Amino acid sequence: MSVASIIGQALVLFGTFFYVLSSLGLIRMPDVYNRMQTATKSATLGSLGVIVGTGIWAVGELGSYSWIPKTLIIAVFLLLTNPIAAHALIRAAYKSGVPLWEGTVVDKYKEAEGSLERVNEIEEKLEEASQEVETNE
Amino acid sequence: MGEASKISRYVHTVLVLFIIWLFLTSSLDPQEVIIGAILSLVIGALTYEVFTERGLGNLNPKRVLYFIAYIPYFLWAMVLANLDVAYRVLHPKRPIKPGIVECKTVLTNNTGKLALANSITLTPGTITLDVKGDRYFIHWIDVKDESVEGASEKITKPFEKFLKVIFE
Repeated sequence: MSVASIIGQALVLFGTFFYVLSSLGLIRMPDVYNRMQTATKSATLGSLGVIVGTGIWAVGELGSYSWIPKTLIIAVFLLLTNPIAAHALIRAAYKSGVPLWEGTVVDKYKEAEGSLERVNEIEEKLEEASQEVETNE
Repeated sequence: MGEASKISRYVHTVLVLFIIWLFLTSSLDPQEVIIGAILSLVIGALTYEVFTERGLGNLNPKRVLYFIAYIPYFLWAMVLANLDVAYRVLHPKRPIKPGIVECKTVLTNNTGKLALANSITLTPGTITLDVKGDRYFIHWIDVKDESVEGASEKITKPFEKFLKVIFE
């Protein structure tokens, strides 16, 4: 057992612990938004731990250094794309009308959307009025 | 910020593609390096227009240094985020108080906004729901401050001091 093996194994264990937390969060949380919170964060850090841990483990076990750059770049790709996927999913959930949990305290997004709709309505009315004026002239 | 010259943008794209190739093959065999260089030249010619607007300006030493300093800061914030999630999931009473808050940002660059949105998603208790101009709508699992200024202070400020230098 070399030091690299031990570090790698510890990292993989650390990653799987957060995987378990992530799936436990899916069961425990009340609505889709809070589930996204736990699932995204824990799954990303868990994957980072497992992937980089595998690279370091390979140094100790196989004596091969070519795993580390590959695992690192996979980890970076995952780190860049995972939050975007989460953002797309949570935004799609909101747009398709999934309700928030009843314990939710504030919803600024609804207010902003509401004010935007009001602005659009006023603009439409203004346009109609100006067209009427034009036709009258 | 204006666009850099075409050559500078092209060279930057080729450099990034070539570095990714070196990491993916993880060998310095001349045959692999040459084919990687040819491929990155070709792909760079096809895609540099969508890849970058600033070209080699991205490799300004001050930006690179701030970026390197940002990595451990960001990873530490991520570990804290996960310990926070662990606490909320394992606690028998499930201490959550969710809500959607609004934040303002000082960033104007699109890449900077993307980096800030990603950083927000991966740090304690927050996930980006939508971005409109300079307004961020953020789902916060434990709302401490409902006002726009207060939320910006707690959520976006810590990252902006780095991202302002890196991307502006």
